[in-house]
Amino acid sequence: MKLKQLSVFLENKPGRLRELCALLAENGVNIITLSLADTEQFGILRLIVKDYDKAKALLEEKGFVAKLSDVIAVEVKDEPGGLSEILKIEEASGISVEYMYAFTIKSGENAVLLFCFDEMDKAVTALQSAGLNVLESVELYQRAEG
Amino acid sequence: MKKFVVENRIWDKEESLPRAELAALQGAKLKETVARVQNVPLYKEAFSKSGIAPEKINSLDDLKRLPFTTKADLRGHYPLGMLAVDRSEVARYHASSGTTGKPTMVAYTQNDLKTWANLCARFLTGGGLLPEHSVQIAFGYGLFTGGFGLHYGVERVGASVIPAAAGNTPKQIMLMMDMQVDALVCTPSYALSISEFILQSDISRSALNLKHAHFGGEPWTEDMRVRIEDEMGILCFNNYGLSEVIGPGVSGECAVRDGMHISEDAFIVECINPETLEPVAPGEEGELVFTSLCKEAMPIIRYRTRDIASLNLEPCACGRTTARMSRVTGRSDDMLIIKGVNVYPSQVEQALLRVEGTAPHYLIEVDRPDRKDVATVKVEMTEKSFSSSMKELQELKDKIDRAIQGITGLRMNVELVSPNSLERFIGKAQRVVDRRRG
Repeated sequence: MKLKQLSVFLENKPGRLRELCALLAENGVNIITLSLADTEQFGILRLIVKDYDKAKALLEEKGFVAKLSDVIAVEVKDEPGGLSEILKIEEASGISVEYMYAFTIKSGENAVLLFCFDEMDKAVTALQSAGLNVLESVELYQRAEG
Repeated sequence: MKKFVVENRIWDKEESLPRAELAALQGAKLKETVARVQNVPLYKEAFSKSGIAPEKINSLDDLKRLPFTTKADLRGHYPLGMLAVDRSEVARYHASSGTTGKPTMVAYTQNDLKTWANLCARFLTGGGLLPEHSVQIAFGYGLFTGGFGLHYGVERVGASVIPAAAGNTPKQIMLMMDMQVDALVCTPSYALSISEFILQSDISRSALNLKHAHFGGEPWTEDMRVRIEDEMGILCFNNYGLSEVIGPGVSGECAVRDGMHISEDAFIVECINPETLEPVAPGEEGELVFTSLCKEAMPIIRYRTRDIASLNLEPCACGRTTARMSRVTGRSDDMLIIKGVNVYPSQVEQALLRVEGTAPHYLIEVDRPDRKDVATVKVEMTEKSFSSSMKELQELKDKIDRAIQGITGLRMNVELVSPNSLERFIGKAQRVVDRRRG
């Protein structure tokens, strides 16, 4: 029920992000979605890609620090209240969000929200028992690539 | 702005002896010191190992046969292994400002304290201190030799002391104004902070009665002197000393301000090439080495200071005949002085080793952007230390920050950088970039 996310350490230096994107593009790695968290001095780029092992190897070869971790993808209707509903469920179970980001799937009217919770397994159970669609990675890749 | 004018005064006749007479005096005192250090196991052993008979040391020329003493020797004999007298004869202890583990303890007998106060009185007089002046001492009081050393020196001159101690800048300025203080004693970097505060607070220069200042405890530059003098309308004098030798009072500037006069009747100075240990020519830079001639509690033979400076043996216009040393321009080891605290890059390395997952690659950058020393440590990320969570990366930074502070006693900025982004070195690594200029 969990999805692999590739996080990359980015020093705040001109050209660093472009370099990374070019590297992935040259090697045919499609970025399904991404999020960039930044501080004054460094950033963390979080990527969802299908070939995460390949991407990680490519990045490491070029001197980036990259790490795989788990996130949860939840599909909701792209309409007001979607996110609020999820947060309500997690809050009721005493789970907090470490970070999150979102994207919409091309073909549908649905949005996909990506979460990192402090208690991942508990979060999945809570969401599923509330009847929400927690996406499998295979399903997500298929739908994202339409 | 009318600047204070320093009249040329000499405190002791020993400051202006003919050189030949000084050499004879040094030779005789060296003999006494050599006899005294036979009470110190380190020296006794060194003398017998190298086959030097203490009674054969008769003149200054014999000095070069004696062993050097290093900081490591002193550390190895912590706390009181270097004591040459019975503990009951010790009147006071101080310690070096080093923060690596144990400090280096130093000791003084009653006579040593008198000698020390007198040596401080010499450079204070040279820099214009008169018995009617009041002096604010904004040095730390405590184990550090600066506070107490200058305190008793000022009293020895007959002037009055305001022992403000370091810190609390607004209060320092209030005291200076209310007490109409004539002279300030502190580190040059603290003087910059005081000056800056005065400028920012729109305090009129006429509210202060400050005439001269005596700076020590850290190296500074001629640019800094010009700046402080212009801003504060005072004369600033440089003095030098280190606790292992006695503390402040080893040397200081006179009214001419062309080098610091070394009290050669109390210390023999040598300037050596730190690699070959051979003397360098006058005027050439080398490592300063001091032998004490008057100390009872902890006499020291050929102490390698690691401070780089040059010597000038020409007579000075002020009338003193003693050798003058230049400003300290560097170190023959990698010690840094940041905000007055002695720091070795190895301490930062030690701190990083305590934080799991950090790389042994780091770079210390020291700047003085706003007149205050700022040290930044760049640390490379590794797969182990990297996390997708910002919170965890922040925690990692805090952990490094605390480890560095725990070992060095200093707050440094921690900057996480990409792996392999710091230069790699073959052989001796360059771990420090010091960009401080005045």
